[in-house]
Amino acid sequence: MKKVLLSGNEAIARGTYEAGALVACAYPGTPSTEILENITQYQEINSSWAPNEKVALEVGIGACFGGARALVTMKHVGVNVAADPLFTLSYTGVRGGLVLVTADDPELHSSQNEQDNRNFAKFAKVPMFEPADSQEALDFTKLAFEVSEQFDTPVFLRTTTRISHSKSAVFLGERPTDIPEPKLERNPAKLVMLPGNARKRHVIVEQRTLDLEKWACQQSFNLIEKGEGKVGVITSGVSYQYVKETMPDADILKLGMVYPLPKQMIRDFAANYETLYVVEELDPFIEEQVQAMGIKVTGKAKISICGELTPGRLQQDLFGTDIPKEDTSSDLPQRPPNMCPGCPHRGVFMELNRAKAYVTGDIGCYTLGFMPPLSAMDTCICMGASIGNATGISKVLSAEEQRKVVAIIGDSTFLHTGINGLMDMVYNQAAATVIILDNRITAMTGRQENPTSGYTLNNLEAPRVDMEQLCRAVGVEHVRVIDPYDIALTRKTIREEMARPETSVIITSRPCMLVPRDNLERRTPLFVDHDKCTGCKACLRLGCPAITWDEENKKSNIDKIICTGCKVCQQTCGFDAFQECGENS
Amino acid sequence: MSKVKNILIAGVGGQGILLASEVISEVMLMAGLDVKKNEIHGMSQRGGSVVSHVRYGEKVYSSIIPEGEVDILFSFEMLETCRYLPLLRKNGRVIVNDWKIAPPSVALGKQAYPENIPENIRQQFPTTTVVSGLDLALAAGNAKAVNTVLLGALSNILEFDRELWLTALRKMIPPRLLEVNLKAFDSGCRIK
Repeated sequence: MKKVLLSGNEAIARGTYEAGALVACAYPGTPSTEILENITQYQEINSSWAPNEKVALEVGIGACFGGARALVTMKHVGVNVAADPLFTLSYTGVRGGLVLVTADDPELHSSQNEQDNRNFAKFAKVPMFEPADSQEALDFTKLAFEVSEQFDTPVFLRTTTRISHSKSAVFLGERPTDIPEPKLERNPAKLVMLPGNARKRHVIVEQRTLDLEKWACQQSFNLIEKGEGKVGVITSGVSYQYVKETMPDADILKLGMVYPLPKQMIRDFAANYETLYVVEELDPFIEEQVQAMGIKVTGKAKISICGELTPGRLQQDLFGTDIPKEDTSSDLPQRPPNMCPGCPHRGVFMELNRAKAYVTGDIGCYTLGFMPPLSAMDTCICMGASIGNATGISKVLSAEEQRKVVAIIGDSTFLHTGINGLMDMVYNQAAATVIILDNRITAMTGRQENPTSGYTLNNLEAPRVDMEQLCRAVGVEHVRVIDPYDIALTRKTIREEMARPETSVIITSRPCMLVPRDNLERRTPLFVDHDKCTGCKACLRLGCPAITWDEENKKSNIDKIICTGCKVCQQTCGFDAFQECGENS
Repeated sequence: MSKVKNILIAGVGGQGILLASEVISEVMLMAGLDVKKNEIHGMSQRGGSVVSHVRYGEKVYSSIIPEGEVDILFSFEMLETCRYLPLLRKNGRVIVNDWKIAPPSVALGKQAYPENIPENIRQQFPTTTVVSGLDLALAAGNAKAVNTVLLGALSNILEFDRELWLTALRKMIPPRLLEVNLKAFDSGCRIK
């Protein structure tokens, strides 16, 4: 067997291949995105990006009703969007196996909250596996497909950032050769969830959970590791690894399936120890269920609910040990993320700041418009929220204050769930301005294609959504398409549309600087002519990483290695100091 | 080797840290060791701080290095080195690239870039190696080969066959960039 280093996400992709799945669908979201990107190497699997997680799951459900095994992946908050089909899929069950990956993000490395999606397993009555390394990510993916078909249920596979993005050694297997040919098979009593049918299915779902719970007590994915026999620990997923570092001598009940819990196994294990811990990140999900069984355990009384665990944090929480931390003193300048040099969003935010707009924001690279010096974002809730938030806030404001309200949203987020908000804004006639930052890619998660890109996940050409026509079709009368590199035009358009007492949409159209196929022509970088630079710092309001302040000479400088030649800075300069680099400069 | 060894790689998004940690991990895997590596993607791609943890030994559990147990701080940028010094063991080693990349507050003239960083690190960790990565990479023929220069410097203080490093580099680096990178690696190896 071949041994390779794989990330958790790569291992899930491989496991899906080895499980004989035929369909994989997702909306990108950190830390889940690389699963689908890696699945594209397996031509046997039809893989695609959906416009949002709800559609992705619905596509997966369709494939599984057709008789194929299907994988659907998303980040934790994506499951909120996909919850509607999920809860009823739990009732219908599956035909081909369906595995839903929820990639949670304790510590909010790249998320707006740190919800614990193990709660979804209990809420939707869907079994959930939780791998502790990449080998388990592969093995549990295959297992999850089997369990899905054996128990006629969708199955969750839950990772966290540290599982998805850690690499460890994995033994590869093969894809089965006897994959059944999908074909239509009618079963409306099971698949049409009218109340009369669904009532009957609910009874089956309750029995299924009881069956799974008994079955899980006999399975090797829930296992006991004997230590010195003094202290017992119940744990799962990445927390298991931290327990092994922190308490190498403890007896461990490692749960591979975190819902439903193997109750008899837990009772038998717990009976051996005076001191019993539950070690888990985020919510007391296992702890509360164990306590409800009448077993005394220590968990969140010591271990923090907030943030992710590390070996040191666990040591500190359980035993009070002081642990060293990275230096966060104020004389070490922080290094927050920033929009890239040449990002077409930058000038838009500078102008929103100057116009003193109240900006309802959204999820994407452009959420960085919050950071100084652009500092032009006032709210950010979830995917697509900017437009509904703008409608709502303008309902309660005076006509004068309403004009300050601008919703800002990217193309991918707009198609994800923003479009519904725009329909509402037009329908109910809110006097706000919507700016759609159209860079034709889902950039924040690492440049994934979407229906505005003109390409699919597999880099094949695809029809492209016409944003302007789409906005007009839902009833927006005032739609303007501008080039955000033209700062004077951007300023004028933003001000005019903000002043308009009706719904209006500005589409800023410019591809992401990092998408090679859209930026074939490399532009000439600029330099600052120090004879002309007066040191007024107007260019610094852009916060472009290519522009730095030279404290000694009191002038600005450009790093020509990273300058993309977008010339937005040139338009902020009143002294003509920004010049194109010539052959000799 | 019974004990687990820990390398913390620090730097700035875009410096080639991910490739460097891939190469190191591949060397350990080929040497027959258990390896885990871990880094945070996402926001860090936008010019933010990046750290990567690499752990190797007979059996590795956590992919995050236990705080205070870093054996080697392998840093691609001066300022970033300073953040992680407290996580080193008392007798830990530091390899630091002498490159300064201004964070936003410095670029905007609101804060100063700390001075005398190598001297300050040496007070605590006298064995620190300072590498002029960019100069050596340019001399090898490509500014982007800084990461392979640094890998050369790292290979000097690790006990793995040179052949393993070369095999890993050949596997990870596209053929058209291989020659420059092997040259860069060698110039790193020559640093004493």
